[in-house]
Amino acid sequence: MLAEIGYGILVVAFFVALYSVGAAIYGDRKKSAAIVESARRAMLLLWPLITLSAACLIYLLVTNHFEVSFVYEVTSRSMPTYLKVTAWWGGQAGSLVFWSWLMSAFASLVTLRTWTRDREFLPWVIVVTSITTAFFIGLAVFYENPFAFMWFDKSGQVIKAMFQPVGSIPVPPPADGNGLNPLLRHPGMIIHPPMLYLGFVSFVIPYAFALAALITGRTDDRWIRITRRWTLVAWLFLSAGLVLGSRWAYDVLGWGGFWGWDPVEIAALMPWLTGTAFLHSVMIQEKRGMLKHWNMILIILTYALVIFGTFLTRSGVLSSVHAFAQSAIGPAFFAFIGVTFITSIALVIYRWPELRGETEMKSMLSREALFLLNNLLFMSVLVVCFWGVIFPLISELVTGQKITVGPPFYLRATGPLFAGLMFLMGIAPLSAWGHSTITTLGRALWKSAAAALVITVVLFFTYTKNAIALTGFFLIAFVLLVTLVEFWRATLARMKTQNENFLLALWTLVGRNRRRYGGYVIHVSMMLMAIGILGINVFQIDTQKSLSQGESISIGDYTLRFNDLKQFPNMVNGQEERYVNRAEISLFENGKLLTTLYPRYDVYPDGQPMTLPGLYSTLKGDVYVILVNWESSSASLAPFKVFINPLVNWLWIGSILFIFGILIAAWPERETELVTARSRRAHQTSAAD
Amino acid sequence: MKTNKTLRITSYVLLAFVLGLLLASQLYQHVSAQNPTPTDDEVNRIAHQLYCPVCENTPLDVCPTEACRQWRDLIRQQLSRGWTEDQIKQYFIDQYGVRVVGEPPASGLNWLIYVLPPLIILAGAFILFRAFRAWTKSSKAAAAAGSEVEAPKDEYVARLEEELKKRK
Repeated sequence: MLAEIGYGILVVAFFVALYSVGAAIYGDRKKSAAIVESARRAMLLLWPLITLSAACLIYLLVTNHFEVSFVYEVTSRSMPTYLKVTAWWGGQAGSLVFWSWLMSAFASLVTLRTWTRDREFLPWVIVVTSITTAFFIGLAVFYENPFAFMWFDKSGQVIKAMFQPVGSIPVPPPADGNGLNPLLRHPGMIIHPPMLYLGFVSFVIPYAFALAALITGRTDDRWIRITRRWTLVAWLFLSAGLVLGSRWAYDVLGWGGFWGWDPVEIAALMPWLTGTAFLHSVMIQEKRGMLKHWNMILIILTYALVIFGTFLTRSGVLSSVHAFAQSAIGPAFFAFIGVTFITSIALVIYRWPELRGETEMKSMLSREALFLLNNLLFMSVLVVCFWGVIFPLISELVTGQKITVGPPFYLRATGPLFAGLMFLMGIAPLSAWGHSTITTLGRALWKSAAAALVITVVLFFTYTKNAIALTGFFLIAFVLLVTLVEFWRATLARMKTQNENFLLALWTLVGRNRRRYGGYVIHVSMMLMAIGILGINVFQIDTQKSLSQGESISIGDYTLRFNDLKQFPNMVNGQEERYVNRAEISLFENGKLLTTLYPRYDVYPDGQPMTLPGLYSTLKGDVYVILVNWESSSASLAPFKVFINPLVNWLWIGSILFIFGILIAAWPERETELVTARSRRAHQTSAAD
Repeated sequence: MKTNKTLRITSYVLLAFVLGLLLASQLYQHVSAQNPTPTDDEVNRIAHQLYCPVCENTPLDVCPTEACRQWRDLIRQQLSRGWTEDQIKQYFIDQYGVRVVGEPPASGLNWLIYVLPPLIILAGAFILFRAFRAWTKSSKAAAAAGSEVEAPKDEYVARLEEELKKRK
């Protein structure tokens, strides 16, 4: 009965979303504030409705209602309760409800703001957010229903349907469910999808305002100012999602790396690339009133890529282009992306003349010019990623031949582009808005560049002779020095003029210019991450060997001795949850015992394995040992694969600093925002005079 | 009679010995043609460049599926028979198609994967360059006409520089 109630509420929510869209359009056309308010209230009703429906689903998941197909597919009796709750977004049908729930929460939040100064945007923000919510609820209602039961059809096949199909009989409730894929039971994977979804969903808000601006013709930068913080929040969640996903891959997938250029990873990276370009590009519009067309295109692209990313991972198109046609939701996604993208671009074309810039670029070395170059490079990485993901599908469609576009392609194609981005990260903060010359830039940069060169030469003689690594280290040192010098100079100035100590001066400096210094912290964190990425990509070494008890294996400066292997069942509620194979390894460096590691692999009742490495982590790098689960192992002979991942921990340190930097940049800074807007307006007025 | 029998037995034994020697030498030749059993690292060096037919984008050296385990065994056998890296890779391409390698060979339609991104990026760079030129040209023209508008200085940077000058 609860399943029917949950489904019924979802159906009601779908129609409420449609009503909200219709009422908002009608209210705008009739200039009726009351009807628009009705649309707003309908939209506000969506979140409680979807919450109720989700509560029904969670109850079914937690209480082992295996007669419901989704519950049967993603849970089992041996799963702990918290995992049964997280199974809500672990399976496709539930994740669509989760998406809708988050979308309705964000849409409600945005409509609760004060709309006095921009009332004309309201109906169109409601239209865009409600259409998006209705689409995802519609997918759950019509195609991937998480409340559907299982039935035997006439031929004895099991089919899923909410209500009994003619001629079918109910499948007796199974005694136990399949259980969630063990790889999805890791803490990183429990938090990673919600983070990505939060990032995806919050990018819908700036897109909704952009479309509202296009439809109403209010194409100044008001929509950008309203949504700046939303964009940063979206970027924060998307970045956190990507980092958590990488850490999950590193901890669970057992291949010694964190990023495999897998299409699913790239699907999440693509909106991040356009979102990052957008974050930089909107600054030019705010400061100089330029690039209005481009900002519209970037946010439209980001929205399209958000939906496209969900489509890629949910339609089955990645496993085979033909699976897309067979999947129920694939064509629906395809149509939705097509319609929204074409409509959005048509609106940009319609408003093209009104989106002309207020000023023009004067120098190719000005900050706005360098930001544009940064946009070009981000778009170039996007082109490589998009084409790399799409081309295998095109190839399969045209020639029938499947191909793999793997890491070698992406590394070669994106490496120089990322190097270019790093270089720009070094010089752009020192270039001026409006006008810069080689002389002024050179004067500001040469000391940092010379110091970075000295560091590179030292590394050449002491650490590596690899050209790629040395180029990378030079760029990292250059950007770090430029950024840190900026912090240093400004703090010194405050210390002198305000009579403050160093820490207070630094704190006040950052507090009063959060956007600027938050951005600088992000740049520093990116460079720390680059150290880790460079380390693992250039210097990683590995070895594999089957060891008898007491036997050792050597790699780099390390020696690993296999001591023992324990194999035992892990029991939960009196049932075997998984079978654990745990090895004990002593790790030595130059003959000195460092620690004992316990690499293991667990096998779940359905035969699915999960590999958990033994890790010895320092700033120098990781010793990463896995007990190879694809070969047989016993206490007397067990196969091990050992990776040395130099410098990889800088990636995680940089990631934490990165999140911290976004928080600084996103923290409210009302005064400066008003001052900037006022100063540009005043400037324009004087120009007009 | 007894001597003949002894002679016959002796000749059979000799024949068996000679045949045994011949067989042993053949076996020795066969075994000596094989390389010693390749190590896991030697197998993985090649397996790392090949991709699992089942799991998307997973290199063969770290793929836990049964199919990949058999493929690694096959690579080990081929290495022990003295096959080169290229021969082994070609064998897998012939058997399972180009999807087993991480980068499609640059032939036929596959050219597009290598050509299109640089073309699009170059086109983007060209458009940007043209836009830059148009912008700077029109702003120079405006300056010549005496209507140039001073770009707004970054107030914060100006203030900072001023304070630093004072400090000196």
